[in-house]
Amino acid sequence: MSRPEALSCNELVELVTEYLEGTLSATDRERFEEHLQKCEPCMIYLDQMRQTIRALGSLPEESIPEHAKQALLEAFRNWKKTQGA
Amino acid sequence: MSHRGEFRGADSGAARDADIGLADRLRAGDERAFIVLLDRYATAMLRLASIYLPRAVAEEVVQDTWLGVLQGIGSFEARSSLKTWIFAILMNRARTHMQREGRSIPFSGLSDPAADPVEPAVDPSRFIVIADDPGWPYHWATPWPKSWGDSPEDRLLSKEVQAEIQCAIDGLPSSQREVITLCDIEGWEPAEVTAVLGITASNQRVLLHRARSKVRRALEQYFGEE
Repeated sequence: MSRPEALSCNELVELVTEYLEGTLSATDRERFEEHLQKCEPCMIYLDQMRQTIRALGSLPEESIPEHAKQALLEAFRNWKKTQGA
Repeated sequence: MSHRGEFRGADSGAARDADIGLADRLRAGDERAFIVLLDRYATAMLRLASIYLPRAVAEEVVQDTWLGVLQGIGSFEARSSLKTWIFAILMNRARTHMQREGRSIPFSGLSDPAADPVEPAVDPSRFIVIADDPGWPYHWATPWPKSWGDSPEDRLLSKEVQAEIQCAIDGLPSSQREVITLCDIEGWEPAEVTAVLGITASNQRVLLHRARSKVRRALEQYFGEE
């Protein structure tokens, strides 16, 4: 049985999103994880990407302005009248 | 209150039923159903529209979209989710606005990332080209990436870091910005993102990868490690 070729660090960094999204083939996933076990900087790199994604998911929300919301509710009530509801 | 990622990992059948319930209530003129939808999606709509249009125009497009939702809800047949249906209306309105103003249209659905110049996730100079150890070609050159600390969560949630991230996102090409906004900021499922943006799953991942890699790079620089 021939072993798949090992990944290099610069290849690994290009596969991080596919790895995290679970879309790597089984073989590539194995190569990816095998590399990680032996490579501290790549492990740190992966961790930085995970932290980046978490930080992106924690950005503050910017709501629509209150006057815009009120205008929409007004529009909704007008629409409702035309529906005869 | 955040509704982000609300349906993440949820059974899509349950999400579909919830959609149909909301659509029915909206059709029946239930104002609370309208408010639920506004609270759930208006922020993401504004964020998305702001990628293509100045803030004031983006707000107008969002307003206009909701009017379109009310006009069209009678014919919504739940063939798509209510969410992707609403966002499809938003994208149409945004396109119309841009055409009217004679702007070029930078939507990712019209671009092919494979045809873009290659954008390595990491500057190639960070890797050794000829390794002493043939078992490790293209290994990291020193300095290696450094850990961002044991308790990086607090640091990553600070206002300064958030401003840094926002700045990095603002600097992305709009096709990458669309994808990272919906996937990572709003926490959408990949299938929802591809449906609304009209891109393939593989293009979505390429764009997401490029965008995330750049934000990571900006953070690494900010933390003073390059």
